[in-house]
Amino acid sequence: MNALALTWEWLTDPASWTGAGGILAQSVAHLRYSFLALLAAALVAVPVGLWVGHTGRGRWLAVNAAGAVRAVPSLGVLFIAVLLLLPRLRGELAFELPALIVLVLLAVPPVLAGTYAGVQATDPAARDAARGMGMTGTQVLRLVEIPGAMPLIMSGLRAAMLQIIGTATIAAIVGLGGLGRFLIDGQASRDYGQMAGGAVVVALLALAVDIALAAVQRLVVSPGLTTAGPGR
Amino acid sequence: MIRFDSVTKTYDDGTTAVDELSLEIPGGRITVLVGPSGCGKTTSLRMINRMVEPTSGRILIDGEDVSDRPAAQLRRSIGYVIQQAGLFPHRTVLSNVMTVPRLLGWDRARARAAATEAIEKAGLTAQQAGRYPSQLSGGQQQRVGVARALASGPQIVLMDEPYSAVDPIVRAELQDELRRLQGELGITVVLVTHDIDEALSLGDMVAVMRYGGHLAQFATPAELLARPADDFVASFVGKDRGYRALGFADVAVSPRPERTVRLGEAVPAGSGWVLAVDDAGRPLGWADARSWGGPLTESRVRRFGTIARLGESARLLLDAALSSPSRRGVVVDEHGAVVGTVLADDVLDALDARST
Repeated sequence: MNALALTWEWLTDPASWTGAGGILAQSVAHLRYSFLALLAAALVAVPVGLWVGHTGRGRWLAVNAAGAVRAVPSLGVLFIAVLLLLPRLRGELAFELPALIVLVLLAVPPVLAGTYAGVQATDPAARDAARGMGMTGTQVLRLVEIPGAMPLIMSGLRAAMLQIIGTATIAAIVGLGGLGRFLIDGQASRDYGQMAGGAVVVALLALAVDIALAAVQRLVVSPGLTTAGPGR
Repeated sequence: MIRFDSVTKTYDDGTTAVDELSLEIPGGRITVLVGPSGCGKTTSLRMINRMVEPTSGRILIDGEDVSDRPAAQLRRSIGYVIQQAGLFPHRTVLSNVMTVPRLLGWDRARARAAATEAIEKAGLTAQQAGRYPSQLSGGQQQRVGVARALASGPQIVLMDEPYSAVDPIVRAELQDELRRLQGELGITVVLVTHDIDEALSLGDMVAVMRYGGHLAQFATPAELLARPADDFVASFVGKDRGYRALGFADVAVSPRPERTVRLGEAVPAGSGWVLAVDDAGRPLGWADARSWGGPLTESRVRRFGTIARLGESARLLLDAALSSPSRRGVVVDEHGAVVGTVLADDVLDALDARST
């Protein structure tokens, strides 16, 4: 049987989907890590990005730090984090935390860049008008800069999420659940159908989440920012 | 009244944008700050609402020092219109115009009512109120900018080059409307421009500023044209200031009676230029009947340049005469019906009679 047929067989076998180690259960685990990581990254990167974009301060540091973080290999960070944290933490957490650290590090640069660029790109005339009409600094940020930055903030989050979902497979290396299990276990047992099938499921999951986030984007971004051209 | 009291603004790099400016801007009028770029006109304007803080000196609004009030609070009480309109792209027109009322803490219903009224005053439709700025033309955006500045009913409106970015036809329209709005509301308008024509046509008072932030002259447009304080003002006002001054000169010219002809009426050959009018007596144009005669047809009627209204300035009367193919300028009454014509000489004689 060729690889395609093997993959198809694995994907269409009901047994692959159900049960504790099935595709559905692993997808849920995968999504849990992914959203947790995205949330943590957003909690760090969005406020920093807003601050940098609004004040113009620390731009150099933010750009370079984000670039440096991007260059760090995920697998390396994972092993270092495990080695450092394993003796200090107990149970699942000792493995889960290192995996999350890797994913958060991965997600921070795109979210930071999107947020910062979005705020930075506010029309200077709109900002001047906002101040001139009597908005305080925080009101300018809240009422003008953040709503205007939403398209870029959302693109940052979506780019980050795609990377997280792809990379979250490495959690399986340190024995955690998620769709990475099929890749690691499939390789260990030379079950290539399972390996390739797992990869396909990861890709589909990433696609589905991106479509969901695109829907969210449509809800939170004002139509005024997407309608183009004078429609007199 | 807005009073500048020896106001100086020196930036950190040592450039002096405004130098010892003392000026009394009258309330309920349009005052224009005009000058070449780098003359400190925008800086002066922005010091009124504390967008720029003076290095020394004071600015008083009705006797109160602007620096005594928190900047944000002060700004909410003063309308602010800028060149690129600076609308918030994520908000509808209505929501843009509601900005200041909402900042003042008005409830939604009251803010909405005030914004709706301001939108109407600024010449926009209820349908446009629901649009986003990106769906509007530049001129319409500028109208929204004006509506947004007026929504909370401020006594003072500051305008920084509000019409520089729109085309000349729309600009003239917006300028007329500003005049009308200012008259209706009795507000104090301080407007910055680099365009001397705009300054002379809009301003009740004009402050001409020169490079380095010095006030060169503060006077009415007629005064600026008739008696420029120095060579700088004279050259800034322009070479044709003698002619332009006519725009402020009221002259007593009585129009000469003019025989008018309706379409279809027979015109004897050799009648010279005849003035064609419609049934309401409104001018249609001139027909050349020097070597032609017969019933007047539309194709025989030539358009003509300008028409002066009864009692308008010497400049418009003279222009009507000079732009007419017959050299006779058409004068109409308030309904647009022909009263008669004037010759350029009539206007010049009247001017001579006035100055002697």
